[in-house]
Amino acid sequence: MRSQNEFSYGGDATVKRPDLNKEISDQEWDNFVYNRKSLRGKHWELWQHISGCRQWIKVERDTATHEIFMTLKANEEISL
Amino acid sequence: MQKYSIFNLVKNAFANHQNWDLAWKDPTPKKEYDVVIIGGGGHGLATAYYLAKEHNITNVAIIEKGWIGGGNVGRNTTIIRSNYMHDDNALFSEFGMDLWRKMSQDLNYNVMFSPRGIINLAHSDAQMNVYARRGNSMRLNGIDAVLLNREQVREIIPMADFSENVRFPIFGGLMQPSAGTARHDAVAWGYARQADSMGVDIIQNCEVIGFDISGGKINGVRTSRGDIKAKKIGLCVAGSTNVLAEKLNMTLPIETHLLQACVSEPVKPVLDGVVTFGAGHFYISQSDKGEMVMGGDLDGYNSYAQRGNLPTLQHVLTEGIAMMPFLSKLKMLRTWGGIMDMSMDGSPIIDKTHIEGLYLNCGWCYGGFKATPASGWTFAHTIAQDRVHELNSGYSLNRFNTGHLLDEKGLGTKTWIS
Ligand SMILES: Cc1cc2nc3c(=O)[nH]c(=O)nc-3n(C[C@H](O)[C@H](O)[C@H](O)COP(=O)(O)OP(=O)(O)OC[C@H]3O[C@@H](n4cnc5c(N)ncnc54)[C@H](O)[C@@H]3O)c2cc1C
Repeated sequence: MRSQNEFSYGGDATVKRPDLNKEISDQEWDNFVYNRKSLRGKHWELWQHISGCRQWIKVERDTATHEIFMTLKANEEISL
Repeated sequence: MQKYSIFNLVKNAFANHQNWDLAWKDPTPKKEYDVVIIGGGGHGLATAYYLAKEHNITNVAIIEKGWIGGGNVGRNTTIIRSNYMHDDNALFSEFGMDLWRKMSQDLNYNVMFSPRGIINLAHSDAQMNVYARRGNSMRLNGIDAVLLNREQVREIIPMADFSENVRFPIFGGLMQPSAGTARHDAVAWGYARQADSMGVDIIQNCEVIGFDISGGKINGVRTSRGDIKAKKIGLCVAGSTNVLAEKLNMTLPIETHLLQACVSEPVKPVLDGVVTFGAGHFYISQSDKGEMVMGGDLDGYNSYAQRGNLPTLQHVLTEGIAMMPFLSKLKMLRTWGGIMDMSMDGSPIIDKTHIEGLYLNCGWCYGGFKATPASGWTFAHTIAQDRVHELNSGYSLNRFNTGHLLDEKGLGTKTWIS
């Protein structure tokens, strides 16, 4: 168990940056930068162990109960 | 409607206060309305009131899933101000300040609006410069602003830490003398009572669970108490905006976060205004009952919990004690939280949508209580006239797409970055 204080939040982990070297519409940028689902219930999100090993991880957490279901390394794909 | 007055108070005292009318009724929902407002918080109630008062639209229902005033309107720390730099925010908020000053008379309900002033503390020369600039912008927009030096701040809040060896010494502050506080419950109840008296149906314990949309046009809502048809629908659900947006197939520039606040045990009067710490996020005022009312940062991650976690509270109160050391001696009486519709630039959205007849009011972040009258007034205008008013034209939904952000502080949802 680690203290919550050691972690820093990085937001929705399902948001993907538009591909490089490709024509990107304003709407695609809008979705990447601003638009979020932010629902009640299960939520995949990024956390950084900032006061520890400094690794980024993906966490599946319930936004109403804070229960954590699963964690992945930053480079592992989420299978929805 | 029975008028609240000293005369009626005396009269009813003789009848042991058994004969007062109910402040609002408990109607069964009709099949159809001209306008349905979703959410019986401050903004929904104010919108219904101004629809009736300013636009003569009274065939209106407010649909509230719990009880009116049970959301953020009953959970906030009641700070009312218009100390903004950007024109859109300043003019909108100052229009609201005018409505606040008249509100108790207008609603025939004592909302205890108390213009006791707000001071934002500065802790460096650079911050003093930024405040001077904001103060000048405010004054150009007709809003009162006074730049205070260290000594002037000391005179007003001698209990703050003015000792020599502190991490964040007080250099001065920016004061808006006309800012203040009000009794939040009274605001919800006052709007509800007047709206009800003009024919608005306030329907509590009724949750909107879906929408009836066809051909790009809204026809009504599905609720836990059956379907209700409406020509126009206004969304005023604050922290539940993302949940209803999903049912509308919309993805919005909004994230749902949790904000906590707390009050101490009541003490003798020590602080007559509102003070904010300038080197972090902490603010404080003293309630009429004597409790110190305090708040600060978001918990920092998406949350619907409506109750907060201790690390954030500890962090916020550490800032408080740095600013006013005497706070460490006080016992905490209550803490609570509310879920907040955090917009990505920190400013709200009051606009039409791509669905005909559907109007959106959200993104209030920390500052939606003070906006209650102006938000209700402009949203009612937007719904009634099917076009935005000049005052809320900056609060458009597509500003994120076009790049016309209203980033007063440049923080958005990631307020912990500051
Ligand atoms: C701790 C805290 C401190 C704050 N301090 C301040 C402050 O000092 N100054 C300031 O200006 N602002 C402050 N705010 C912000 C302010 O309280 C909010 O921005 C504002 O109250 C939001 O508007 P509202 O009153 O309409 O929201 P609410 O009162 O939350 O109303 C929304 C309503 O919608 C209802 N609803 C949701 N989903 C549905 C559904 N599906 N069907 C039917 N009804 C539904 C909810 O039950 C709720 O009653 C604070 C907020 C918090 C949490």
